[in-house]
Amino acid sequence: MNGIAFVWQFLEVVLAIALAPLFTGWIAQCRAWMQNRSAPPLLQPYRMLRKLFHKEAVLAEHASPLLRAAPYALFGAMVLAAAIIPSFVTDLPFARAADAIALIGLFATARVCQALAAMDIGSAFGTMGARREMMIGFLAEPAILMVFFNAFLLFGTTALTGVVDNYASHPSVVDPSVIFAAIGFVMVLLAENARIPIDNPATHLELTMIHEAMVLEYSGRHLALIEWAASLKLFNYACIGIALFLPWGIAIHGAGLGHVLFALAALIVKLAVCGAALALIESLSAKLRLFRAPEFLAMAFLIAVLGLLVHLLMGANTSA
Amino acid sequence: MLKSYLVVELLKLLAAGMLLISFALLATRRTQRLIMLFAGQGAILFLSTCLVAHDAGLTELYFSAALTLLLKVVLLPLILHGLLHRLGAQWDNERLVHVPATMLAGLVLVVLAFGLAQPISMLATTIMRHTVGIALAVILLSFLMMITRRKAVSQVIGFLAMENGLFFAATSATYGMPMVIELGIALDLLVAVFILGIFFFQIREQFDSLDLHHLETLKEE
Repeated sequence: MNGIAFVWQFLEVVLAIALAPLFTGWIAQCRAWMQNRSAPPLLQPYRMLRKLFHKEAVLAEHASPLLRAAPYALFGAMVLAAAIIPSFVTDLPFARAADAIALIGLFATARVCQALAAMDIGSAFGTMGARREMMIGFLAEPAILMVFFNAFLLFGTTALTGVVDNYASHPSVVDPSVIFAAIGFVMVLLAENARIPIDNPATHLELTMIHEAMVLEYSGRHLALIEWAASLKLFNYACIGIALFLPWGIAIHGAGLGHVLFALAALIVKLAVCGAALALIESLSAKLRLFRAPEFLAMAFLIAVLGLLVHLLMGANTSA
Repeated sequence: MLKSYLVVELLKLLAAGMLLISFALLATRRTQRLIMLFAGQGAILFLSTCLVAHDAGLTELYFSAALTLLLKVVLLPLILHGLLHRLGAQWDNERLVHVPATMLAGLVLVVLAFGLAQPISMLATTIMRHTVGIALAVILLSFLMMITRRKAVSQVIGFLAMENGLFFAATSATYGMPMVIELGIALDLLVAVFILGIFFFQIREQFDSLDLHHLETLKEE
């Protein structure tokens, strides 16, 4: 480990924070194109954040300190997660602190903070949103764990950077279980980030919304932080997906400056493609009823388990 | 050696895709999407047969691959689409009983199939011997699909998917069946779909729906 690793680490976190709203804007733009609407400008999320930061934050009279602290906790958790996920370099000093299971714990912490804050005021919509969010969360967590177990089993390590290191150095082998894991992961990503089959991020209909219902009480800089954290979460999930399933071009341990720059360019191209693919999925699918969500996530879980099974059974056959 | 290794990896990948489509068939509600999935399964079968033919240098397998492409990717989906169109059932949605439970049963079937296939794949000498388990799983999953479905059209698709699994098992265990048998089966399938198409109309005329559970209660007039 050397000093340059810390520079990359810093750069990676700053990049994640800076690019996350752009990624959200890109998805919105692709969606608008696919649905024959005129797209909002690409930089719209930044303008939104700027507007919100300039507005006064209004808090309810009976709000506890929790309501005030939650946006900062949420944003902090997402920044920390961005520091652990290898997006374009794997030589990350922070990544030693936590493996992928701890990463899921980090996302869970953020979720609990947000749900508690939503219940804090005691308004009906906030509580309803929090309950729905916790339901989605407790169904999505086993599924994402199973997806991770697929990768752990393939590469014999629970550290995300280790997985990517091993993967990038054996690019020719694509295990069949990867297909299953990837599909399970995309389903979890859609559910966890309030995307269309489960939740509509643009909805203003109270009875169907999950994420929006939880943030109804917030305004000003608090709302800005929450929105920013939400786009960071989506960015983080996209980076996990890219690291697990499309790691080609990532700069592994001890890569030079040229390689890192190439990896950066590769990451941006991959993010653009993934964003377009996400927009395509969202445009093609209809929003599910809330009571279909458990079925959707159970399917994600079972597909990931199927991946594990195929890996174990086909592997057993090969050795026989 | 290296090339053959790559072919084995690719075949495993295709087999996994086939298994995935079988599970998708279990969970899909829209009849039109079922037909598209069935065509996709046929396409995967075509690709894998071509790969095996190329690797083993067997010309006759190319013919059966071409037959697969013609029959299962083009002809049968077109016929089924036409039937749906004429029945006015393009947008049919099917009520499924508890999809996760069905898929769980499917997982158990996959484990069972791999257990059953273990002795066969140990005896086989083909490069696809690792995928016999998946082929058996596809057959069993299609059975499961036929059990859980109620609509006549989806049961027929389950039946056709089962034939896909059988064909895949044949290519993976023994490099395919003799040409005469394959041609016979192809013709049988085509005829079966025609006859079942006539049945669809008869069933609908009698009961005003394609739901097969009307057939379960017999009434004497």
